[in-house]
Amino acid sequence: MSSETMSIFSPRLAARFDALVAKYPVKRSALVPMLLYAQDEIGYLSDAVIAEVAERIGITELDVRNVATYYSMLRFKPAGKYNIQVCTNISCMLRGGYDILDRFQKELGVGHKGITSDGVFSLEEVECIGACCWAPAIQVNYDFHDELKPELVPGILEGYRAKAGFPGDGSTSLGRKAEGKAPHA
Amino acid sequence: MADVTFTVDGKKLTAPAGTLLIDACRKAGIEIPAFCYYPGLSLQAACRMCVVRQEKVPKLQTACTTQVAEGQVFITESPEIAEARKGTIELLLGNHPLDCPVCDAGGECELQDMTFKYGAGESLYAEAKQHREEQQWSPAVFYDRPRCILCYRCTRMCGEGMDVWALGVQSRGVRSVITPNGGDRLDCEQCGMCIDVCPVGALTSGSYRYKTRPWEMKHVSTVCTHCADGCRVTLGVRQIDGDAVIIRSDNRDKGGINGDFLCAKGRFGFDFVESRERLSTPMVRNAAGKLEPATWAQALAAAASKLKEIRETRGGASIGVIGSNRTTNEENYLLQKFARTVLHTNNIDHARSTDYAAFARALAGHKDKTASLRDIAAAPAILLVGGNPTEEHPLLAWILRTNVRLNKARLYIANSQSIKLERQAKAVQGLPPNGYKDLTSILDRNDSDFAKAVMAEESLVVIFGSDFRGQGVEDLVAWGLKRGPNPDSVRFAIVGDHSNSRGAADMGLFPDLLPGYVPVTEPGAFAEYPGLPAAPGKTLPEMFAAAGKGDLGALLVVGANPVGKQGMDAAALKNTFVVVQDLFLTETAALADAVFPAASLYEKAGTVTSTYGDLQLVKKAADRAGVKPDFEILVRLAEEMGADVKALVPFGKGGVSADLGQSRGAQAGEADRHAVWLAAQGLEPRLSPLDPLAVLDEIERLVPGYTLDRINLLSGNDVRTELGAAQGRSASSSDGAGLIVPAHDSLFTSATLGRYSFALKDLERHQTQAVTESAAD
Amino acid sequence: MPRLVSHPDEVKIVTRRFGQGAANIDRYLELGGYQSAKKCLEQGPDWIINEMKASNLRGRGGAGFATGMKWSFVPKQSPKPKYVLVNGDESEPGTCKDHLIFLHDPHSVIEGTIIAGLAIGSKLGFIYLRGEYRYLLEIVEKAVADAYARGFLGKNIFGSETEFQIITQSGAGAYEVGEESALMESLEGKRGVPRIKPPFPAVVGLYGGPTIINNAETIATVPHVIAMGAESYAAVGTPRNGGTRLFGISGHVERPGVYELPMGYNLKKMIYDVAGGVRGGRKLKAVVPGGSSTPVLLPEEIENLGMDFDQVGKAGSMLGSGGVVVIDDQTCIVEFALRTISFYQHESCGWCIPCREGTDWLKKTFTRFHAGFGTASDIDNIQHIAQNILGRTFCPLGDAAAMPTLGFIKKFRKEFEDHLNGKPCPYARHEELAAV
Ligand SMILES: Cc1cc2nc3c(=O)[nH]c(=O)nc-3n(C[C@H](O)[C@H](O)[C@H](O)COP(=O)(O)O)c2cc1C
Ligand code: SF4
Ligand code: FES
Repeated sequence: MSSETMSIFSPRLAARFDALVAKYPVKRSALVPMLLYAQDEIGYLSDAVIAEVAERIGITELDVRNVATYYSMLRFKPAGKYNIQVCTNISCMLRGGYDILDRFQKELGVGHKGITSDGVFSLEEVECIGACCWAPAIQVNYDFHDELKPELVPGILEGYRAKAGFPGDGSTSLGRKAEGKAPHA
Repeated sequence: MADVTFTVDGKKLTAPAGTLLIDACRKAGIEIPAFCYYPGLSLQAACRMCVVRQEKVPKLQTACTTQVAEGQVFITESPEIAEARKGTIELLLGNHPLDCPVCDAGGECELQDMTFKYGAGESLYAEAKQHREEQQWSPAVFYDRPRCILCYRCTRMCGEGMDVWALGVQSRGVRSVITPNGGDRLDCEQCGMCIDVCPVGALTSGSYRYKTRPWEMKHVSTVCTHCADGCRVTLGVRQIDGDAVIIRSDNRDKGGINGDFLCAKGRFGFDFVESRERLSTPMVRNAAGKLEPATWAQALAAAASKLKEIRETRGGASIGVIGSNRTTNEENYLLQKFARTVLHTNNIDHARSTDYAAFARALAGHKDKTASLRDIAAAPAILLVGGNPTEEHPLLAWILRTNVRLNKARLYIANSQSIKLERQAKAVQGLPPNGYKDLTSILDRNDSDFAKAVMAEESLVVIFGSDFRGQGVEDLVAWGLKRGPNPDSVRFAIVGDHSNSRGAADMGLFPDLLPGYVPVTEPGAFAEYPGLPAAPGKTLPEMFAAAGKGDLGALLVVGANPVGKQGMDAAALKNTFVVVQDLFLTETAALADAVFPAASLYEKAGTVTSTYGDLQLVKKAADRAGVKPDFEILVRLAEEMGADVKALVPFGKGGVSADLGQSRGAQAGEADRHAVWLAAQGLEPRLSPLDPLAVLDEIERLVPGYTLDRINLLSGNDVRTELGAAQGRSASSSDGAGLIVPAHDSLFTSATLGRYSFALKDLERHQTQAVTESAAD
Repeated sequence: MPRLVSHPDEVKIVTRRFGQGAANIDRYLELGGYQSAKKCLEQGPDWIINEMKASNLRGRGGAGFATGMKWSFVPKQSPKPKYVLVNGDESEPGTCKDHLIFLHDPHSVIEGTIIAGLAIGSKLGFIYLRGEYRYLLEIVEKAVADAYARGFLGKNIFGSETEFQIITQSGAGAYEVGEESALMESLEGKRGVPRIKPPFPAVVGLYGGPTIINNAETIATVPHVIAMGAESYAAVGTPRNGGTRLFGISGHVERPGVYELPMGYNLKKMIYDVAGGVRGGRKLKAVVPGGSSTPVLLPEEIENLGMDFDQVGKAGSMLGSGGVVVIDDQTCIVEFALRTISFYQHESCGWCIPCREGTDWLKKTFTRFHAGFGTASDIDNIQHIAQNILGRTFCPLGDAAAMPTLGFIKKFRKEFEDHLNGKPCPYARHEELAAV
């Protein structure tokens, strides 16, 4: 499929996908990253996303779903613009991960996999995100926030809410653009 | 591979190096339990039931993935192993509902059997089991996730075996679930193979669910009545209100040529038997011109006297006979014998779907040149010309796929359309719609990759069908015979359409050919037939033409529907006395003066011959009040006409006086074992003129090519026949070309018969919906 | 920002360039980068493999397999292309060391991948990062692009006739994909279900070609081994356990962080000296020495415990991924065990019965038990289920769930029994844990 014709993705992403499928010894290797990038742009893996990805890779939609449903970051329903993922695995738990989760639940009024009514935030309890030594840690989309305390939660939400108020700040559900810079760098 | 010797439970075993331990053990009679392992499908090692102890290896090993090598030592049963297996079952039963009493698989469930064996009955878990609603995926397939043990047999069978890939596994861990391609519906060939391989009751059959318990059925192994491939089916039959009713059709008896396979028609299309439109009483046209019910005696008398009258007043040549593609060999043989020796006519034909006569002519003088399905299954190279086996010959398609997948056979396809089997093909040659005649010259030119590959094959099976007729068949066969360097290296198969199309042709339902393609005109042919007319008779269209001109006094139609199916003119029969034997009041039967309700192939005994020449025993499964097998109807008609029945059906020869009871039917299995014994002793068990096997004896004696391996046949195996004319006669056939009307049945149609199957129509509707829905997307 | 820590006992080899902007290729070159790859290009495969063997470098992904040995299993001649696959799936709870390597020194991973490729005669390497590490993937992708621009990657690396390419890859959330054969499946665009072994990846791996799979830290260590010489590297560690390793110390310590310490470093010292001791002066209750799948150790078991593969193995646990999780005396072990098993239940791929069903039953039983509804037979049942998983699963994830479970019951049986006596949780949080 060429990037211009009938793609549900932005021209930029479509072009990226054209390159992606060409890069591996076997086209299908592009599947998992493609699904993730598609989700970053569209927000979730809609039927249309599944159909286009299937066509781009040249496999059945069933096959795409078999793979997509395996990976826990991939979702089939929209999430909030900022998806807050709170780690409660052992290292985070020992340092108050559940208190952080509780605080987010209280502030947002939603539970695990819930979305705020304005669609700005969704909340998720997740497994270890690889920030054990800086626990407790969370990810908002792809941004890490570590060494948290419950009292820092409102400020974090404030920051994102402010960003959400200004569309066109480059911050989609993808989180950040590809500057290769750590959010906390 | 070289043989290696290894030890299992103290026994020395030998097998080719690399054989899977589980296979080697099973062969030696050592049963190793397994859920996920399924012969012929890819390995999973997922269920962990097959664990065994291998000497010097720290962990238990899975027998399903261990390849045997010289000197290995294994233990397959020990307290440690039993404990491991029990542990696995315990874990499974944690979530598995214990609803065995209401589960369709109860009584034939592998999990039940294993629980019984390893004793993991008590539950260690206090929590609630996961519950999910059962889903209906299609008219044929239901899925119950809690019962599913995730052995992945269904997904592999659907993908690897069927090449349909309609089932997937979604989510992961304990949430994993088998999912059909339509999300909540299954769009596929509806073959039901997934149900068949499911070791538990997770996948159940729409047509069988909650009907009965397996042990309440009698299981009769017979041959499918739908297409010409000859799949063995197991019919589950139960007594209901005095009738023996077919509740289920499946493939429990994996010993047939179809192995694991059965298609939607074989599995679900048996319900025509119970159709409300089934005829159950004879009918005779009254003075007012209306068909009205009659007793058998009345109807037989009416038909016989009229036939006799016409024979005597207008001569046998004014009577026509049309036979069936679905009746048994014995019935077809008897029908033509009845026509020729009782009615004294050669006006006999059937609805031809492919040109067997030309095939016989082409192979005249050559022996062992036809390919049975077993030959095809083992062939290293196959040239498939024309047709679309996936739709029209599902078993052939299965065998080709399996041969390619497991034996790396090379499949070459020449076709005027693109067909699904190309996915298995090594090379494909496209042809213009009427371009089949050019194929041999394309191959002879040897300048394309396709031609080069085909020509380089040492041995080849050539499979073709109704795209070739008359001279076309002869040319293709002639090309094949001279192609190979080695004369033994080529075999041919011709594919026709119905369950006994081949048998109809082999048994001489031709105006100019006797059984075995022996020309009617051949001097001395079938000399023992009293009063055999010397001249060839009329073909099916010629009979209708004659009728139109008022030259056909009577027409006997057995299991055929020339008006509805071959487009013959109904008005032509206005002045013809028509007798029809059929299951339904078809377009043709509706015109008849006498109608006899006939038994279906599932309600009688005999043999049929697949299009590949494989002959198999048909056993009586169901029993239905009011109907009679065509064989019996013919015998009674002959008797009523005053014919010498003993000459027609040579029963009661030989010296057996034992009362064998019913040699077929209800207690078929037992009687067959008896029959095997009798045959082995050279004894003759035929005691009744209604025993079709009495005629089989005569077929064997008189029909060229039908020299059968009796013991094998009676033990339920397929046996090979040859094309009659292989003896060197040049069969002068009626010119096939204009007479051949291929059925082009799909996966869910079966000529006239299919119209009476609710299940098949339902499946077809389901699949059409899928197509229109996706087109609308 | 992941905080960088340091301690005088550290031997900075792999972390040498951390915090110095080495993600920038010029900076990396200034700090001696890509010299090892050049040297290896000159010396050839046999030399490289011999160096790796002599270094006693053992895999940092968890199993501690000798790296040089692994590389030597790859057949010299192969009709199919060979591949190098860098495992940056880092998902074992307690482990975050690869995170820092990708952040601070991505070129060391690239250079190590090149060297591995040279050693086995491969032309293509993959660097696979877990999906959550998107910002790190972008850093690595930038580094790869820079390496291409400088000619360190491509058709003619370092101006030679030798080709080597690198493709970066993102996962999408799946711990099991860290298992090497599941990793290959994922990279081939499939569900992360492991493969039947044999054949092993070194013979039949990615796309059917011979493949070596190494942890990102293992690979990042390789250029340093070449640079300092195998002997000197080996000399840093203990016998059969060459060099240093990045220990991630987390949980109840004063100064959690990733410390690079010599193999064999004393665990007690690691907790009390390096990481500043148990937080708030509390008492140590238990230590999980190498990521959540390794059986827990009691304070008395760590007195003289040197942290290398062999010594920790002898002590009845495993060095694993080097993630040391420290647990203080106000922690409920039942809750800790529940959180551990919840993870494995969530991450089981579901392929094989014992793991799929076993982890689920363990999680259910632990949940009820911790909520105060346990029965005396539960404790034995938990053990029984874990025993039914142990050693019987398709891949080691089953063991990863069963081993710690058995350890908790064995070492803290009393604490489990205390939960039975009417007080749901005598130790810490009383709320029932939300199911993940
Ligand atoms: C369930 C499971 C998860 C694993 N996860 C990882 C991982 O996230 N990262 C890793 O490097 N190795 C992981 N491994 C180990 C890999 O299978 C493999 O042994 C390792 O990548 C080899 O590299 P090494 O020899 O450099 O350690 C995991 C193993 C198992 C069984
Ligand atoms: S042990 Fe079995 S179910 Fe668990 S992750 Fe491995 S293969 Fe999958
Ligand atoms: S049959 Fe071997 S694991 Fe299932």
